[in-house]
Amino acid sequence: MSESFRLRAEEALLPSIVALLIALILGDVLILMFGESPAHVYSRMIEGAWGNPYGFAQVLYKTTTLTFAGLGIALALRAGLFNIGAEGQLAAGAFGAAIVGISLPAGTPGLVAVPLCLLGAAAGGLLTGGLPGVLKAKFGAHEVIVTIMLNFVVLALLNWLIVERLRTADTLHTPEINAGAVPRLSEFIPAFHGSAANVTFFFAIAAAIWCWWYLFRTPGGYALRATGLQPDAAEYSGIRVGRVWIKAMALGGMLAALGGTNFVLGYKHYYEDGFTGGSGFLAIAVAIVGRNHPFGVVIAAFFFATLSQGGLAIHALVPKQMVEVLQGIVILAMAAAVPEVQRALRSARKVVAA
Amino acid sequence: MSAHPIRMAGIDKSFGPVRANRAASLDVAPGEIHALVGENGAGKSTLMKILGGLVEPDAGTVEVNGRDVTGWSTSDAIANGVGVVHQHFMLVPTLTVAENVVLGNEPRRGMLFDRTRALTDVNALIQKTGLVVPADRRVSELSVGEAQRVEILKTLYRGAKILILDEPTAVLSPPDVRELWTVLRKLRDDGGTIVLITHRLDEVIDISDTITVMRAGATVGRMTTSETTPAEIAKAMVGRDVALSVPGRETISGPGATADRPSSAAGALLLEVRDLSVSDSRRIRVVDGVTFSIRAGEVLGIAGVEGNGQTEIVEAIAGLRDIAAGSVVVSGHDVTRATVKDRRAAGIAHVPEDRHRRGLILEYSIAENLVLGAQDEFSKRGSLDGARIDAHAREQIAKFDVRPSTPAPAARTLSGGNQQKVVIAREMGRSFTVLLAAQPTRGVDVGAIEFIHRQIREARDAGKAILLVSAELNEVLALADTVAVMYRGKFAVTMPASDATPEVLGPYMTGGNSRDAA
Repeated sequence: MSESFRLRAEEALLPSIVALLIALILGDVLILMFGESPAHVYSRMIEGAWGNPYGFAQVLYKTTTLTFAGLGIALALRAGLFNIGAEGQLAAGAFGAAIVGISLPAGTPGLVAVPLCLLGAAAGGLLTGGLPGVLKAKFGAHEVIVTIMLNFVVLALLNWLIVERLRTADTLHTPEINAGAVPRLSEFIPAFHGSAANVTFFFAIAAAIWCWWYLFRTPGGYALRATGLQPDAAEYSGIRVGRVWIKAMALGGMLAALGGTNFVLGYKHYYEDGFTGGSGFLAIAVAIVGRNHPFGVVIAAFFFATLSQGGLAIHALVPKQMVEVLQGIVILAMAAAVPEVQRALRSARKVVAA
Repeated sequence: MSAHPIRMAGIDKSFGPVRANRAASLDVAPGEIHALVGENGAGKSTLMKILGGLVEPDAGTVEVNGRDVTGWSTSDAIANGVGVVHQHFMLVPTLTVAENVVLGNEPRRGMLFDRTRALTDVNALIQKTGLVVPADRRVSELSVGEAQRVEILKTLYRGAKILILDEPTAVLSPPDVRELWTVLRKLRDDGGTIVLITHRLDEVIDISDTITVMRAGATVGRMTTSETTPAEIAKAMVGRDVALSVPGRETISGPGATADRPSSAAGALLLEVRDLSVSDSRRIRVVDGVTFSIRAGEVLGIAGVEGNGQTEIVEAIAGLRDIAAGSVVVSGHDVTRATVKDRRAAGIAHVPEDRHRRGLILEYSIAENLVLGAQDEFSKRGSLDGARIDAHAREQIAKFDVRPSTPAPAARTLSGGNQQKVVIAREMGRSFTVLLAAQPTRGVDVGAIEFIHRQIREARDAGKAILLVSAELNEVLALADTVAVMYRGKFAVTMPASDATPEVLGPYMTGGNSRDAA
């Protein structure tokens, strides 16, 4: 029993670890090409990300968005669907939260306002995630194409709404919300002063725990994973595959959308055009490196957030694109490592068993 | 040209745990039409893929025209005149017939595609071969028969002298089939060599000169068509290995069992199927107006060569395929349009023919697989009830003798027989009235076969209605009360099992008697 657990853990973790090692080595080569010492650059990165309270808090801020978006992608992937729409879903969620926050009267107590804003965000995700799900289930439209294209539609639509309807003069953002703002972590830990990290970080952790519970402890999650693993067997057992697809995309969209509250409720208190900055795409890597496991997603989000924050500290040494290249290498290495490592593990186990 | 065009010997090929070919051989003489027959999954297609260069063999040798070409590539194969016409067309629908035929070897004028020459070349080829198709028509506007002629033309245009046709008649109407035979004979008489993959014996007798029979990945017979009979070929195709011994039906029920059994006639009608028709994705009727009913305590066995609609009839009753016409009634409830879940609630249990695709979630544990479809019932306040799932698993594992006898291992890690026992335990371990058992003992060991047969008999004795579909004629004869033979989507014959013998049923399985019947 514990033996099988160990094997399963090995199988789940090893590809990620191997991928990170490959990325590390290739990163070394790149750094050497710029005439710098890899040890120096990496220690600066770690220093910038974890070595001071502000940097660490910024890592937590970035982890929050990536966790939500990564969970949204991972949940859909568990149902066998590739949700590339997290970028648009993040924006739609942020916008939904902002609209609710702006509509509420000032002075609405947080206990009422925050849940309402979260609902507003979720509604944005329900629309942008649910629609591709419905199109997939009813017409067989491929979710990758639909979610990619929907990103453009959503971002353009929101841009139009901001410019034409909701803009505060001379900016590209909505007015500030009247209610629904959540405290920054610096209110509890003064050393985090100046960082955008806020209470939505705990929402993200709660979302990950909920995801884990849903996927692995409920009949709905059982049906969802069965659909992702073997749609024909799921159909055979009476699971309505189309409905599971719609549900997985809707839930995934909602989870990703909640990531938008990190910015709107916790940081700026308004929706700003272009705030996502590609987090929704980076979250695809988060989901993959996290092996579609909710807790893996949290860890991977923390890792990519560290990379991104640490990258700011090494601009003086290497070009700032270095971090993006490193991210790219991790993703490629991951893609290469997963099947390879697993196959190796399986054949090794066969040898042991024989 | 004394060397044999094709000589394959000792071919082994495995795909993961599946051994598609085991020491298979094929020997084709010059200028003959050679039929390669066997049931679905007998390894015919794999053998031809190896010949065509799509797949590399694990062991064995392939010789073409006397030259060892083992493990060559598809382009080598084409360059050396071996052409494969696949069962599923590989044509560009928006291009014309002529364009499709020359695709990959387009005639050029300078740097440009020479459309006029393509058309004249292809028309000349059509003239020569008798494969009549309008060369300037778009492929999307053609009938299936015409599209197939384009596939053959394409292969011939590339200079194929050895033509392999993979189940060419599956999509053709009878007149199209006759026309194809004419063309193939002409190609043979012009010096071509033809290998025809099929599992329809009437066709084999009609067209071939020599026959190679495959079963379970191995070559089990080679005969001259003029010296054999359909019955003999059928026996080689579906004949049972000596390893499997099914006790006769009189001995199996045990002392007194026959007397205790409720008489079939008295049992209530539990499954009624009327005029059931099912179409496949190509809109071909694969089940064509089948009517039958099964009473409590009765086993209806459907025999027949695989691919004659058995899969589709079971899946249509289970709710996995759209029913084009007709009705399905379970215990008086019409479930023709019901969901899979509702059909299960109405009393249908289903042992699917492919446990790896449908029957099991391979990555799920034994315990999780045992509640597949019933996951909602095994939950408490929104959460799966782990303790109950575990207890249920332990109980079923003991009752159905699943090994390893713990709930945790993934279904993927079990042997075929134990995987099937998990499926059987899930489907027969709950309450049901109608059992659909499709190939229930496929790929399982002798012990598991005995066990599964006993379960089916006990279910019958407990008053269930059972629809058994099996490619193993002996299995059908051993278990069924009534036997039907399916041929080309219809029941060619239905008779009490007491009257049925392999000799009586054989001709129906190969379509021999169906024409008189229809």
